[in-house]
Parts: sequence; structure tokens; C-alpha cells
Amino acid sequence: MAFGPYLLLATLEGLVMAAVLALMALGLSLVFGVMRIVNVAHGEFYMLGAVLAWWFASLIGGHPALGFLLALAASPLTVAAVAFLSERLVLRRLNYEPETTIVATIGLLYIIQQLALTFYGPEARPVQPPFDVRLSLPWFGYSSYKLAVVGASIFLMLATWFLLAHTKAGLVMRATQSDRETAQAFGIPVDRVYAGVFALGAGLAALAAVLVVPIRQAHYLMGQDPLLLSFIVVIIGGLGSLRGTVIAALLIGLSDGIISMFFSPTLAKMLATLLVALVLVFRPQGLFGTVTQ
Amino acid sequence: MTISAKALWLHFGILALLFALNFVLPEYHRGIFSRVMVLAVFAMGYNLAYGYTGLLSLGHAMFFAAGLYGAGLTIYHLDWSVWPALLAGLTAGAILAVAASFLALRTAGVAFMIVTLMFAQVFYLATLYFTTYTRGEEGLVLPQSARVLSLPGIELNLTDPGTRYMVALALFATVLFSLLFLVRSSFGRTLVAIRESEERMRMLGYDVFTNKLSSMTISALICAAAGAAYAILFGYAGSSFASIQYSILPLLWVLLGGAATTLGPVVGTFFMFYAVDIASGYTSAYMLVVGLALILLVLYFPRGIAGTARERWLPWLP
Repeated sequence: MAFGPYLLLATLEGLVMAAVLALMALGLSLVFGVMRIVNVAHGEFYMLGAVLAWWFASLIGGHPALGFLLALAASPLTVAAVAFLSERLVLRRLNYEPETTIVATIGLLYIIQQLALTFYGPEARPVQPPFDVRLSLPWFGYSSYKLAVVGASIFLMLATWFLLAHTKAGLVMRATQSDRETAQAFGIPVDRVYAGVFALGAGLAALAAVLVVPIRQAHYLMGQDPLLLSFIVVIIGGLGSLRGTVIAALLIGLSDGIISMFFSPTLAKMLATLLVALVLVFRPQGLFGTVTQ
Repeated sequence: MTISAKALWLHFGILALLFALNFVLPEYHRGIFSRVMVLAVFAMGYNLAYGYTGLLSLGHAMFFAAGLYGAGLTIYHLDWSVWPALLAGLTAGAILAVAASFLALRTAGVAFMIVTLMFAQVFYLATLYFTTYTRGEEGLVLPQSARVLSLPGIELNLTDPGTRYMVALALFATVLFSLLFLVRSSFGRTLVAIRESEERMRMLGYDVFTNKLSSMTISALICAAAGAAYAILFGYAGSSFASIQYSILPLLWVLLGGAATTLGPVVGTFFMFYAVDIASGYTSAYMLVVGLALILLVLYFPRGIAGTARERWLPWLP
């Protein structure tokens, strides 16, 4: 193939990756922004979403779309419930102190990973995509499902934006984010908002995972790479900036797709990680964030 | 401030006990003890940055692995002997420590954790990228012939378990006593004061940045020494030692034993190692044990074993 087709393919793959990253990073950014904690277990919620998606899909026979739809509905809800429970049982008791919550979420990471290994096993397992029409592009055929993932991600981002900007729940979340004490004084149940946000963040990660399973299979170690990448997205985009998150996800997804196609993927990851670390060193508020502290 | 006589006796007593154990422990446990003493050095180094200075780094695996590879690569590819290889490990650790800390210390709190984590991740990816030299996950197995420590008038064969135990103990003792004096010196007190209130120390005219940089560098050097010793004593260097897990483990050991106590990291490392060892006798799910331990620790035991002992019974514990 010539250069053009390669570039198109890399761009398409990069877009799919950006779509998934944006959803995952959005969850991380919400939790990070509203609760001021770093959820290291976010990648495991993603993995749990994928593993549960496989399990739910395997329950139903018949057309693959049926199993997928069940997974799409049930898996994020289950993960959100798990997150809600762990927030109530652990994080709340730590008073949301940044450093101890990091340690606690590292603990959560290990527990979820081990449970997945014990009950799901070390194999990678696929879920059938709900539809699989090949779109014919000038040089090659491309999976329509992958493009649908991009569409679904855009829809979910818009829905989250609407939730945050135009509903009462969003107002309450934003109030809690900007000033926890004043919000509490105005009668906002900050405690419940926190639990809700943590569950919502985990649910978004699980949703991203369900969308990914037909493309990349479910595996018990699949949470680590996207966790680091979504950290990167959140940091580059700037804390609490929805626009920043989307732009950063596009930037990272596309550059990762294109660089890994033409150079070594490990080298691409190395350079991206180093670059982001330096962004954080010299511009801690990210590219689109405002100074908060 | 001086070290109380009680504290000195306690530390000497522990060393004497470890020395004596070399002659009575069964082979299996003697092996574990040698390994844990080296890893406890890693934890003690981490404790200087985290416990005493309040710098929660999630990237110390990089310093351990720098020592590990500094020694391992030079022995494997250049046929260096033990002393220069050890020096290479320490140099690698020191260079990385100064460079990474100089950048990372411009940030604080959560940003500091993430920046250190990312630097360590870059190092880990580098060990995978240069697979031709490091052989990645598979790692390097150092030749037995290279693992001979020359002292004036005597050659120590490090593949012999008894000798290995004694060399590990010598490193352990050196670091334990150096740290005991360091944290009680005015420099050590300055670090603790910075941990408690950076603003106030700055107002009092202390150079906070340089003190933190020194703390990180000494901490990293100790971790690199542990890494180099690990490569030389156990003859293996692999990239898993640079992974995130090896940044989290020293944090876990220090938290478990008690941050900002000289003996905490030692107690924590031994305790965790045996907890996992015993747990894996019953179940293969040792990660579950580690995870539960972390959560229960921060919930119910935030000061760790030695920290609680100091709070309740032994106020003189350094």
C-alpha cells in the first residue's frame, strides 16, 4: 500500500481510540474534578465493564445484537453499583483525603484484578459486535461497527455535557466542584453527590469498555494502559474542562494511532508519556485548565 | 538531637538477632531473609522521601531498577566485576534521581505523584524498548562466575547462601545506621519540618527546594543500592522490577510498618513478605491479600505497626 491508505487507516484507528479514551477520561475527570481524588482503580472499572460485558453477552443466545444490548445496559449499571459500594465502604471513611484515597484505590485495583483473574481467568475473550457490515472505502473495507463506536462516544459526550450544563443534577455537581463547603451550607447533600459522581465515573469507564469489547476482547489486565492514557488526557486537557478532555483525547488517540503505525508502539508510548510529564511539570493546570489552587 | 540509648540498643539488638539467625534458620527461610533484607533497604530508602519528607512518589521503581540495570548490564555485557558494577548502579540511580527530582519537585501533591509515576513508566517502557540489551520481561541472568566480591585478602562467593546472607546483612546494617543518624541530624529534622509545613519553613528562610532535592537524591541512592545489590546477589535483572508494581510495593511496606520510623519499613517488608508467602500456601489469590491489606491499613491502621507502637508504648522510637 502507498502512504495515503496507511495514513487513512491510522487516522480511523486513532479516532476509534480517541472515542474510547474520551469516554474513559471523562469519568476520571469528573471524579477528579468534583471529589478532588485520583481514582487509580478507574482502569479496573473499565476492565470489569468489559469482563461483565462478555459474561452478560454469553448469557443470551440468538442474534449477537441481543447479547450486546444486554451487556450495554447491564454492565455499566453493575460497575456503577460496585463503585457506589466501594465509595460508601472505603472512600467516605477516609474523608476523601487525596493521598490516602490513592492508596485505597490502589488496594481496590488489586482486589478487582484478582477477582477477575480468579472468576474470569487469564484468557482474552471476544464479544460479537451487534452488526458487522464492511464499509467500502477507496482502498480497503472498514468495519462499520468501529465507526458506530465513534458515533456512540460523541453522543455520550453530548449527553454528559447536557447533564452537566442544563440539568439540576449537573448544577448540584458543579456547585459541589467549585466550593464544597458553600454547597453544603446551601443544603446540597455533598456526601450523596460524591457517591453519585464516583458511580457515574465508573459507569462511563464501563460503557467505554463495552463498546471496545467487540474490537479488542476482554482481558483481566486490559485496564492498565488506558488508565495511564486517560490520566494523560485529563492532565493535558486540564482538570474539569470538558472541551479540553475531548481535544486532548483526539490529540492522544490520533497521534498514538499514527505514530504506532509508522514507528514502534513502545517508542510512541514512551515519547507521549514523557511529553505529558513535562507538560504537567511546566503547566500543572493543563493546556485548557484554569488555575484552581 | 541525639539518639537515645534505648533506641541504639534496640537497633543493635535487631542486627545481632539477624546475624545469629544466619546460623539457625532453615535454608528456605534463610533465602527469604536475604531477599527481604535487600528489599527492606529499598523500603528504607523510600521511607526517607515519603515518611520523613512527605514526598509521596509513585516512581521509586525507577531508582531501584536503575541500580539493578546499572549493575546488571555492566556485568552482563561488559564483564565488570562486582565493585565497579555496584558503582555503576549507584551512579545511574544518582543521575536519574537528580534529573527526575529536579523536574518533578516543581510540582506538589497529586501532580507530584503522577509526574513521578510517569517518569518511572517511561523508564519501564525504555527497558522494554531496548530489549536487545535488557532482554525485556525475560531479563538477564548474570553468570555465576561474575558474582564474586573481592575484599582485601579475601574473595567472597555470592552464590553461596551463607555469604549472600552476610553481604545482605552488611548492606542492611549500613543503611539502617546511616538513616538512624541522618533522620536524627539537623538535616533530618529539617525534612520533617518541611513535611509538616512547607510554608513556614520557607518563611523561616530554609531552602525548601534544595532540601527536598537532597532528600529525594539520598532516598534514590539507597534504592539504587538495593537494586544493584539485588542484581548482584540474586543474579537477575528484569523489566518487571521497573514496573508500577515495584513503585507501589515500597509504599505498601512503609505504610504497613509505619512511615517516618527507622524500623517501620523493615517490619513492614518482613510482615508483608511472610503474609503473602503464607497466604499463597492457601490460595493463589495473593493480590487480593495485598489489596485488602492496603485498604484495611488506611482505614484502621493509618500509622502502621511501628508507628502505633511509638504512639502507644515507645515514645523514644526514632
